[in-house]
Amino acid sequence: MAALLSNSARVALRSGASATSKAGAAGLTFARGKATLPDLSYDYGALEPSISGKIMEVHHKNHHNTYVTSYNNTLEQLQEAQAKGDIATQIALKPAVNFHGGGHLNHTLFWENLAPKSAGGGEPPSGALSKAIDSTYGSLGEFQSKMNAALAGIQGSGWAWLVKDKQTGQIGIRTYANQDPVVGQFQPLLGIDAWEHAYYLQYQNRKAEYFSAIWDVINWKTVEKRFT
Amino acid sequence: MTSQTHTLPPLPYAYDALEPVISKQIMELHHQKHHQTYINNLNAALSAQASATASNDVPTLISLQQKLRFNGGGHINHSLFWKNLTPPGTPANDIAGAPALREAIVSRWGSHEAFVKAFGAELLGLQGSGWGWLVSKGGAKGRLEIVTTKDQDPVNAPDVPVFGVDMWEHAYYLQYLNNKAGYVEGIWKIIHWAEAEKRYTAGVENPLKL
Repeated sequence: MAALLSNSARVALRSGASATSKAGAAGLTFARGKATLPDLSYDYGALEPSISGKIMEVHHKNHHNTYVTSYNNTLEQLQEAQAKGDIATQIALKPAVNFHGGGHLNHTLFWENLAPKSAGGGEPPSGALSKAIDSTYGSLGEFQSKMNAALAGIQGSGWAWLVKDKQTGQIGIRTYANQDPVVGQFQPLLGIDAWEHAYYLQYQNRKAEYFSAIWDVINWKTVEKRFT
Repeated sequence: MTSQTHTLPPLPYAYDALEPVISKQIMELHHQKHHQTYINNLNAALSAQASATASNDVPTLISLQQKLRFNGGGHINHSLFWKNLTPPGTPANDIAGAPALREAIVSRWGSHEAFVKAFGAELLGLQGSGWGWLVSKGGAKGRLEIVTTKDQDPVNAPDVPVFGVDMWEHAYYLQYLNNKAGYVEGIWKIIHWAEAEKRYTAGVENPLKL
């Protein structure tokens, strides 16, 4: 019922205003207080051959949508607990907020930091970000191999991110388990999904091939915007 | 200091024997690639550990612990998993062949059905990669508990892993995609209850020597 409502409300919203969050995911949309699945700015098949259309479709329509639905369900329970002043339930719901809310945030950021080659995917960064990468890692290639090593080293499900340290302004690579989002001291710049569902239909156990192919569809323009 | 090299244990059935619950392709990749990789990385970690031990290099020994835990756990968990599965329709899949375990399950959860429901809910509640286990606490014929372990964390002694279900996406994704509930529902058709009974009543001395 709630899903139906927010779905139709989302259609109405699309032509109008869309909310922007402080986390930097420009595509985070809400309808009547509910999170909604953001549209992709490209077709499911547009990231081929790096990521197959089938993967993109299941990943967006099923996985991401489940995080959205579960987050909204969690939020409803949270609001109920808040209204009742039920502190124990509010605390017990924290892992669910982190997991489902994190899943929604992470995927929204991920879609936006990808782009088809025809729309600039894979074109190297320029300006201040390019300088920061060179001065931190030596070169873009060096950064990419460090990021790939971080991705390969994740034990279980998770993400690797290029982040900016809000205290020092420095950039760095950090990995996060499961759907833990990049919050607090660090600001997410570029995220790569290392869950098996992100690549398994195409690459199976050969995840290193996925990590190396994804650089062809990285949207550095988005990463630059997040950096500055 | 000798370091034994671990090798991939053969499956006790053919790759396609668990169909239609788990496809041949999944079983081949899961056994030949995923399990093999844990073994390769475990052997590498053990060999690095042997050198570090020989040179009394404590910082290296400490830094190797997580690799041992992850890859050793992966080897142990998969070895237990293959053996607690059986082709559908075989006598081993009949819970009647596990009288002591069934009695303990019924006394703990009220009924076999209630246990199946509770176990499924626990599996589906896992956030990320991991395993679901029926565990006998403290040793054989102990109190039964449903336990999940994250990533490749194993069930540690003295607790006994009666049976385990792999909830990593690679265990089901090629066949079930995001429908992990379908996988969890199907798994009961291939649980090896006779093996579970043996583990519950006699314990598991060494999961790598079943």
